[in-house]
Amino acid sequence: MRHLSPRAAISGIGELKPQRRTDGVATMDLLMRVSAEAMADAEIGPEEVDGLLVAPQVGETPQHVPATVAEYFGMQPEMSNLVDLGGASGPGMIWRAAAAIAAGQCETVLCVIGNHRNPTPPRSPNRNPAREFDTPFGASGANTSYALLMQAHMAAHGCTAEDYAQIAAGSRANAQLNPMAIFFGQPAGVEEILASPMVASPLHLLEIVMPVAGADAVIVTTMERAARAPHKPVYLLGAGEKITHRAVSQAPDLTSGPLRPAMARALSQAGIAAADIDFLSFYDCYTIMVATTIEDAGLCAPGGFAAWLRDNGGMGPGARQPINTHGGQLGFGQPDLAGGMTHVVEAVRQIRGGTEGRQIEGCDTALVTGNGATMSEAVALVLGGTP
Amino acid sequence: MTDLAALQVPGPIHEPLNAPFWEGVEAGVLRIQRCGACGASVFYPRPICPRCWSDALRWVEARGTGRLKSYSEIFKPGHPGWSPATPYLVGLVELTEGPVLMSHILAAGNAVAIGDALTFAPTDIGGRILPCFAKAGSETGREV
Ligand SMILES: [Zn+2]
Repeated sequence: MRHLSPRAAISGIGELKPQRRTDGVATMDLLMRVSAEAMADAEIGPEEVDGLLVAPQVGETPQHVPATVAEYFGMQPEMSNLVDLGGASGPGMIWRAAAAIAAGQCETVLCVIGNHRNPTPPRSPNRNPAREFDTPFGASGANTSYALLMQAHMAAHGCTAEDYAQIAAGSRANAQLNPMAIFFGQPAGVEEILASPMVASPLHLLEIVMPVAGADAVIVTTMERAARAPHKPVYLLGAGEKITHRAVSQAPDLTSGPLRPAMARALSQAGIAAADIDFLSFYDCYTIMVATTIEDAGLCAPGGFAAWLRDNGGMGPGARQPINTHGGQLGFGQPDLAGGMTHVVEAVRQIRGGTEGRQIEGCDTALVTGNGATMSEAVALVLGGTP
Repeated sequence: MTDLAALQVPGPIHEPLNAPFWEGVEAGVLRIQRCGACGASVFYPRPICPRCWSDALRWVEARGTGRLKSYSEIFKPGHPGWSPATPYLVGLVELTEGPVLMSHILAAGNAVAIGDALTFAPTDIGGRILPCFAKAGSETGREV
């Protein structure tokens, strides 16, 4: 039984095709284009948007981000904020939008996130403990952190390199069904993934997302307005969030993360068990992230992800519980912080129905996850087609 | 083995709060903070105890022993200055006192396993002495 009745729904989505580089294009341009697409999808004009949620615009706009984006868009929102949760920022925007609507502060919220890609990105301006106590040892960057998490998971449960590689292979297979994906036309099997260069043991190159430029936007609005929109409303049935640390050295647990309590809360609010969800839209910066999320969702015991995936029939639209049908970020590409929002957008498509070439039959519910920093910032959403 | 001292890599950013830690490393001593109110061992340095929020933190000398909680052999470093040293090992070191720190591990990638006993081995990296660790009983380290 549902603990909460939905107070808001998604009425519009937009997504730009990932690109490896966007010379001379500002992030703001991409944000504006993808927002126009989401508003067109919802059949609303900018005058109907009275809430605006944005993410940090890496390097381009360090402060006053909401006002800068609102001004650029010609909007004067009545609720605006910056959601800074790394890869969990997109899903984090959705429940904050719903909460602002439920609080009566606004009616229609534009959640937008994206980035351009310069071939030589500036080095991190970080001046925090991670910079002081990780970087000097040659341990900078997300690859190192997730390699440490994966090594610990492997050692704790005796999982093999093949076990994790099947997640990258499954994501690439799904990308073959999505012409927008950066790896469309480029499948890769377990053997090829394990033959790719070792980046930071035990992580191979093809177990890591490809950075791309891109953007995603989602319109969250009242139940009444969503009912008037052209597409079937997709309701927010539950949400959960948890932040446990920043630097991987400070993680309370290396083999289970904050998504465990975040998913438990989201599922409890929605009154549904993880095993009964139709579509799993799991944040996948690395193969290890999907493995840990399957286990943290309670779909199997710790260490059991690989056997569970095989029983599940893989990750494709025909699997028992399909995972990341857009290709995941491993197959679609990671448009920086927008990567987390691609999992929301694909869940909306699947619940609306009619997703060309990859529609899951009878898809009414999705569990969406976002993850930031070093498996430290977590947001989980349950979306559904039935209020 | 690569000459770590010759690497052109970013060093620590010194803050006044952390000075006792870095001065200790230079002198071959590993220091952490301990809370006089709740007894917590604290690393990285804080102005106030993050467990009980008292301001009774004081610097103590750690034993300089720990165990390897996880590790990775780095082939493609996050910073290009580390490229001459590849492959090299980084690891999470759980100190005997409890706190965990990231460190550079002075061993070959195939010579370590999670759970290995480690000892503090201050080492010159890029012209600065850093708190590295080596396998307990090995001859590596103490190259100051
Ligand atoms: Zn204390």
